Amino acid sequence: MTEPTSQAARPTPTDHSATIKASLKRRYRAETRFRWYGRIAIAFGLAAVLVLFVDIISKGHGAFKTTHIAVPVEYDLAQLGVRDLNDNQQLALADWDALFKSGLRELLPDVSGRSARRELYRMVSNGAGYDLKDRLQANPRLANQREQVWLSADDDIDTYFKGLLDGDPYTARVTEQQIEWIDELRSAGQIRTQWNRNFWTRGDSREPEQAGIWGAVMGSLFTLAITFALSFPIGVSAAIYLEEFAPRNRFTDFIEININNLAAVPSIIFGLLGLAIFINFFGVPRSIPILGGLVLTLMTLPTIIITSRAAIKAVPPSIREAALGMGASKHQVVLHHVLPLAMPGMLTGAIIGMAQALGETAPLLMIGMVAFIVDIPQAFTDPATVLPVQIFLWADSPERAFVEKTSAAIMVLLGFLIIMNTTAVWIRKRLERRW
Amino acid sequence: MAINNDRPIPTQSVGAQFHDNARMSMRDVNIFYGDKQAIFDVSLDIGQNEVMAMIGPSGCGKSTFLRSLNRMNDTIEGCRVVGDIAMDGQDLYDSKLDVVELRARVGMVFQKPNPFPKSIYDNVAYGPKIHGLAESRVDLDEIVESSLRKASLWNEVKDRLHQPGTGLSGGQQQRLCIARAIAVNPEVILMDEPCSALDPIATAKIEELIEELSENFTIAIVTHSMQQAARVSHRTAYFHLGRLIEVNPTEQVFTMPEHELTEGYITGRFG
Repeated sequence: MTEPTSQAARPTPTDHSATIKASLKRRYRAETRFRWYGRIAIAFGLAAVLVLFVDIISKGHGAFKTTHIAVPVEYDLAQLGVRDLNDNQQLALADWDALFKSGLRELLPDVSGRSARRELYRMVSNGAGYDLKDRLQANPRLANQREQVWLSADDDIDTYFKGLLDGDPYTARVTEQQIEWIDELRSAGQIRTQWNRNFWTRGDSREPEQAGIWGAVMGSLFTLAITFALSFPIGVSAAIYLEEFAPRNRFTDFIEININNLAAVPSIIFGLLGLAIFINFFGVPRSIPILGGLVLTLMTLPTIIITSRAAIKAVPPSIREAALGMGASKHQVVLHHVLPLAMPGMLTGAIIGMAQALGETAPLLMIGMVAFIVDIPQAFTDPATVLPVQIFLWADSPERAFVEKTSAAIMVLLGFLIIMNTTAVWIRKRLERRW
Repeated sequence: MAINNDRPIPTQSVGAQFHDNARMSMRDVNIFYGDKQAIFDVSLDIGQNEVMAMIGPSGCGKSTFLRSLNRMNDTIEGCRVVGDIAMDGQDLYDSKLDVVELRARVGMVFQKPNPFPKSIYDNVAYGPKIHGLAESRVDLDEIVESSLRKASLWNEVKDRLHQPGTGLSGGQQQRLCIARAIAVNPEVILMDEPCSALDPIATAKIEELIEELSENFTIAIVTHSMQQAARVSHRTAYFHLGRLIEVNPTEQVFTMPEHELTEGYITGRFG
């Protein structure tokens, strides 16, 4: 039943093309301007990232190399006072430093006088004696043999020498005499930089040349393992219940609001909560990955619940209907259809939550994970520290050599974050199904 | 378009509402969405091996009514069904009746083809698997093949059973959904506008299929296409604003409708 349209009432068409043409130019200009705003914003972001990376890499790349001095060493057991290499007491009492001291004297024979010798001995790392002990223990055939060992140099020497190679030596922490010796060693080819194994294999140390990142890496891995093991199942269960089973009423609305609020709570509050609940009430020991994991779980739960719910919501209702129509029970619908389809989104959310947790420092400061820990944690119950806290500790240390360590640790942390985010993108691309 | 006020909506349905060999029988069914009533006092029988078409203008409640027959309305919050709906004499809304068992007996095909994002094989095998209908892998293979054959899809997909069902064309997907529904050997199949998302050729295939299926199954189909109702159904029910206006053998409905509202609809005066 269409209304009859009267021909007479129709107005004569006017020619708008001139007006439109005039406005076109303005519209195109506005569009170009708008496009440029976007480009400028992206350029600004990229520039910021570039500055960050250039700065960190230029500061931190030095930490991956370290200065070593070639010292002749004779493992004279008689002089060390060691008769049995398996007797730990004898090994502990022996004067291992004497090994490299005599070697250094041999290397630079004209050094005389007590203070000059002390300066000479300070050229190599404090831990060099222990390194030699470990070397002999691992290789008993070296007993009473002579060999040339590349010992790691003291951090001040290391900083000076690396600066020297770059043409900009930092002389404030080395004496004139040491500079002369370094020149002498350099012309003899007895000093060089080499790959810094300590950095990758050791825990923290007061001596920069002995300090490594591995303790913090292991601490982070243990902590994140706990965080993932707790927050993923709990978060996903909560999300499934809220999306699929919970009735819509005031109570569930209240829960939803609180989860969203929880995601916005400053992370240090979670640290205080962990301190109050886990340490003071439940008596969990401080500084251990289990505790760190528990606190970070509290922090990442809201993120995982929110992303998981979004992933569940994105599953088309037609799939649920199809399964219900086939006589699947509610839990079969969820288990067979909703979960597999939502899993990529859930995993992506979980990984992003984990990346957040990996970079988190504040809550861990509250629960004693800021401690100076030399040993590499071997279990969930060993005292540990984590990467960002290690960065914080090194940035706070007065020794100049820690500057490059700090930047290097940041590079390691960024490396892990990039790997995790790439994995998240990859999982999403890989598992994404179309329907 | 609203109808004129001088044609009041009757409270009584006309025609042959009842069937001697009724598979499903509905008596005085009222359905509510919250405070809003969608279906008023509908009484209707669907006979054994009958194809019952339900037609009517948009929003007349025919889909709501269809969905109450396997309690898919349960999933909609605030939906309430009052009245008797029985299948072989058993009350479907009895608190003792298990809805999972009911849906295994009353299958459903939806408006938009909605195969699971799994392989063709797994789509068809899903029902038998969850209900434990297949004793062995061989059994399952047999069920899948026979279901696909009954849905006249076997020849098109037999070489790619393990490819995703979502990769098929729209018409094939809908036939896959039908194969999936008949794999559990239901007694009644409900179809909610099964061809509205399909092109004419795919539609023709589905219609042919419905005719074949009616030999073994009881079918209730909601459709917007009167030609389709005329082609595939034995009886046609005309719904208007939540009321069942007329039920009669299809031929009669389309040639000499008993009620003037039905006549108005099929002659295209409103819709």
